[in-house]
Amino acid sequence: MNGFWRDSGVALAALVLLLGAPLAFSSPAFEDFIIRLSALALFATSLNLLVGGSGMISFGHGLFYGFGAYAFALLMQRTTLSLASAVLLTLFLAALVALLVGAVCIRLKTIYFAFVTLAIQMLFYSVIISWVSLTGGDQGLQGGIPRRVIAGIDINQQGHLYQFCAVLLVAGLFAMRHITASPFGMTLRMIRDNEARAAFLGIPLWRPKLAIFVLAGVFAALGGILASLFVSGAYPEFADWPFSGQAIFAVMLGGIDSFLGPLAGSAILLALNDIFTRLTEYHGLVQGVVILLFALGLRRGVLDFLRVLPGRGEVASR
Amino acid sequence: MNLEVRHLTKRFGGVAAIDDVTLDFPSGSLSAVIGPNGAGKSTFFNLISGALLPDGGQILVDGEEITGRSQAAIVRRGLGRAFQVAQFFPTLTVRENLMAAVAAHRGQWGDLARRFPPPGARTRADEIAAMLGLTESVDRVAATLSHGDQKLLDIALALALEPKILLLDEPTAGMGPEERARMIDRVQHVWAEQKLTLVFIEHDMEIVFRIAERVAVLCYGRLLAAGTPAAIRADPAVIAAYLGTEAPKP
Repeated sequence: MNGFWRDSGVALAALVLLLGAPLAFSSPAFEDFIIRLSALALFATSLNLLVGGSGMISFGHGLFYGFGAYAFALLMQRTTLSLASAVLLTLFLAALVALLVGAVCIRLKTIYFAFVTLAIQMLFYSVIISWVSLTGGDQGLQGGIPRRVIAGIDINQQGHLYQFCAVLLVAGLFAMRHITASPFGMTLRMIRDNEARAAFLGIPLWRPKLAIFVLAGVFAALGGILASLFVSGAYPEFADWPFSGQAIFAVMLGGIDSFLGPLAGSAILLALNDIFTRLTEYHGLVQGVVILLFALGLRRGVLDFLRVLPGRGEVASR
Repeated sequence: MNLEVRHLTKRFGGVAAIDDVTLDFPSGSLSAVIGPNGAGKSTFFNLISGALLPDGGQILVDGEEITGRSQAAIVRRGLGRAFQVAQFFPTLTVRENLMAAVAAHRGQWGDLARRFPPPGARTRADEIAAMLGLTESVDRVAATLSHGDQKLLDIALALALEPKILLLDEPTAGMGPEERARMIDRVQHVWAEQKLTLVFIEHDMEIVFRIAERVAVLCYGRLLAAGTPAAIRADPAVIAAYLGTEAPKP
């Protein structure tokens, strides 16, 4: 269990740093950045549970992010549930949706899996756009998230939202880290590396695949919940395909084989956006160039690159 | 454990890849399956191990029918296999490969309550590595192993399941003479030590006649002959169809 204690230590240290930062310096921009980062990083890391951890390339992971945002915002607006209950119920509903979608998709191979997941996401997106009375259509879900103060936490205050997001980011990453480092996580790596061999070791492939699909959906929904809190509502873009693409970029930029790669990639992506949106209207072009540099120059994400660097030789590629 | 097939048949389109084959592999025996390319040898293994469904016939392990069961169920019944092209987990180290296989065998593949490896898996993995002479390579990433070591790792993965019956599809495929000798020594050693029912496919007749107790000859999906190496060597049908003029002299 050495790894468990080491990861606990890292998580605790990160939490202390994040929660202590506003005491040392007060910067709304920094808090704002961490809040947005927490949503994107949870989403990208959950996607990497599938892509890097299991070899299941999903193009439709944004479905669960969007679902999390809308389900949570609607529960808060239309029911009197407490914040915690709304979060838990949203995650439970996301798990149910992931179970249904996964049951359809996981038997499909590679490109078929990718495109059927994308198709289901776009179906969900169309529902959001056309069901105006419930979702607000292409205007997004307006009306804000009602205040519900519990235990002194008021989520509509930026400082409290920052703490809430920091805690959920660290807790979510820690939980996903535990999944990848468990025997179950190793089973997923076996499936990624060689499905046929895994089957001949007596592993019923559909069970771990469905399980990780559901888990990844739940963590993506958690990211969606944080996004919903940040924008005080929900927008159809959360469930649109370019947003799934953002998560794939984050994974690629940060490193597919490093657990914290998607977190690093998310931070790079957000920072690039923040800087270049201010300087030029062609920020999409800049983003494209940076991604090309990573893909063609480093040939891997930042953290994977750093891991290979110090004389460890080539890390086996899959 | 005893392995038996009765009237096993598999067709691909109109071609019978395996045509009414009936064979018995007694418990603890060391048998070879030989035959020219395209004789149906690999198909035969794929049928027994559940990778393919037969069109007819039965497969029995200790008298219990396993025909039509899933690969995972057949593995649990005590049947392991290695492949013609070595199958393993290339991005994991040799030890991780084996620890993962041990965890799978112990039913811990879905365990979320602890970190990998589960207790005892490392010791067991190192034992299996030692059995096949892979001890020096345990920390190497499997993709970087030599061809021969990759074949050994494939067999080691099968052994992690503690099988009673082991199918080896051309264990010496693509090896030089020295590597072949080492592989065959290992195979014979493992067979004797683990008291396995071992069936292997092999092209090298010298190896087959040296170590196999029993030989089955397949030709165009049909069983041409089965018996002791001496009987097979003398069988006129086998000589005509397969061994030809290059039949080893007695």
